[in-house]
Amino acid sequence: MSITLVFDVAITGLIMGGIYALIAMGLNLQYGVARVLNVSHGEFVMVGAFITYFAHKLFAINPLVSLVLCGPILFIIGLFIHRTLFQYIRRSSESLDVFEGRSMLASFGLLYVIQNIALLWWGPNIKAYSYLNYPIHFLGLTFEANRLVALLFTLVMILVFYLFVAHSKTGKAIRAAAQNEKSAQLMGINVPAVLGICFGLGAMLAGLAGCIVSMMRELTPLMGFPYLIIAMIVLVLGGTGNILGSLFGGLILGGVTTVVMYVEPGLSLVVSYVIFALILLIKPEGLLGG
Amino acid sequence: MDRTKGYVKNGFFPLLLVLFLGTLPFYTPAYTTVSLTSILMYVALTVSWAMFCGPTRYMSLATATFFGVGMYTSAVLGERLPFLLVVVCGGLFSFSVGLLTGFICLRLKGFYFAIFTFGLNELVRNFALWWEARVAHTVGRWLVLVDSLTIYYYMLVIVSITVLTAFIVGRSRYGLILYSIGEDEEAADHIGINVTRYRTFFFALTCFFMGLAGAVMATKWAYIDPRIAFNSILNFTPVLMALFGGVGKIIGPILGAGILTVASEVLLSRFPYYYMLLYGIIFIVIISFLPDGLIGLARRLRKETLISHAER
Repeated sequence: MSITLVFDVAITGLIMGGIYALIAMGLNLQYGVARVLNVSHGEFVMVGAFITYFAHKLFAINPLVSLVLCGPILFIIGLFIHRTLFQYIRRSSESLDVFEGRSMLASFGLLYVIQNIALLWWGPNIKAYSYLNYPIHFLGLTFEANRLVALLFTLVMILVFYLFVAHSKTGKAIRAAAQNEKSAQLMGINVPAVLGICFGLGAMLAGLAGCIVSMMRELTPLMGFPYLIIAMIVLVLGGTGNILGSLFGGLILGGVTTVVMYVEPGLSLVVSYVIFALILLIKPEGLLGG
Repeated sequence: MDRTKGYVKNGFFPLLLVLFLGTLPFYTPAYTTVSLTSILMYVALTVSWAMFCGPTRYMSLATATFFGVGMYTSAVLGERLPFLLVVVCGGLFSFSVGLLTGFICLRLKGFYFAIFTFGLNELVRNFALWWEARVAHTVGRWLVLVDSLTIYYYMLVIVSITVLTAFIVGRSRYGLILYSIGEDEEAADHIGINVTRYRTFFFALTCFFMGLAGAVMATKWAYIDPRIAFNSILNFTPVLMALFGGVGKIIGPILGAGILTVASEVLLSRFPYYYMLLYGIIFIVIISFLPDGLIGLARRLRKETLISHAER
């Protein structure tokens, strides 16, 4: 076990953890607050990645600049979907339990719609671009430049998002709606609007994660589904409605899967599922849940 | 006596239908039975899904898992045992996995059950992929071929047993027990129902039928690998079909499965490139606009005509 390998695993684990955390925080806003277990969440990652790819290929836009592009686009898509589809389902469901079931099934339909529009539009071929694809030597160790940039930006985005939820007025409204919708409504918070914003923000976080992913990985229209699974596992790990829980859950899962990946690549998803099942069975309210 | 009379009254039409379907191969081209087989498969899966998940309101998203367990049983045992035994083994293995799953997720309430079963399928699929690659050193498996007429009759029998079981369970006190679990689990516990036992057993029973169907259908598909056997679309399709028909009565899931299977075959042959996109759109439309399924729609329409008649 050389020192290079240790650093390599640590950096990869941190990057993956950060990306997982971003995606899972997005899903947590959608399920923890808006009560939509969005099965199509991974597709927003894919859309974000493709926007970045085409911006880079067609207009030579720097992938980091695409972050500014991806965020608003995905936010608007998410807001639109919530306003039209999920708010309609919510109005026509007699209880929240019924709504949860129906909205999840509807989002499964959405998964196929988004995925197949992407397949028909962009084709099934694997796409990739190269960005900052050169090594950096630092303290006698070698890193790939794009990974370091990805790590830096992921951490910055997580920090910004956390500060937003913790301190901004909208963030407080989101947390209030997550804790108790009725009381939040009575306190003068426009809950339907907040739920829409949550869904939009969830899609945005997934899109931003997709933007980062596209710097390091190859893209296909089918790439989204594994990220959904990861996000669901992290959601359960950290507890629903607990944004900080998703952050830590993401970092833990990123670390674990990266280590398993080096030992036995085929089993990394299996190990995450076992963690997922154990958490669900032993502590369904999540690691940080009380 | 009343109960027997009820069975005779309710059993007449289904019996006629089974007789009709049973004699169908004698006077129709071979293609009919082949396409009917896939309808029968979806009917079996949908009815067994609705048998447990309808009254108890637990949304299971692991239909593909139990179907896949049946398929793999068929692939592994196919050459060693006679077909009938293979199919029964498929059901029994699936039953045991269902029993185990039921025991494991006893503590899970409501929506966590859906998330767990959804994850279960991914777990099983990834494990199977790893196992096939690293331990068995294969990708997929070929099956012993069985002629399509035999498959058709097997599926017909399985569907008949499934529907009959669903009917009997629905009319018996066990049906009421399942409903009371769905209404309020704690209250059911307090009035002396052993919720754990019934919940686990009936969940496993529905898995048994899914396993039977899987074991038969695997021989029709001739080749399976973990991605085919544990395809997550089969977790959702029976739910959609059941909801499309309406879960309150047995006829709902049957209608839903029948109509949607035919519709999807037509779409697949006409628009092969847009099929999955259309599937997604149909899914969203049904979930949004038909919350109680065709049965609910029919009831609503009948109520409206009754009101308009009364007003006249």
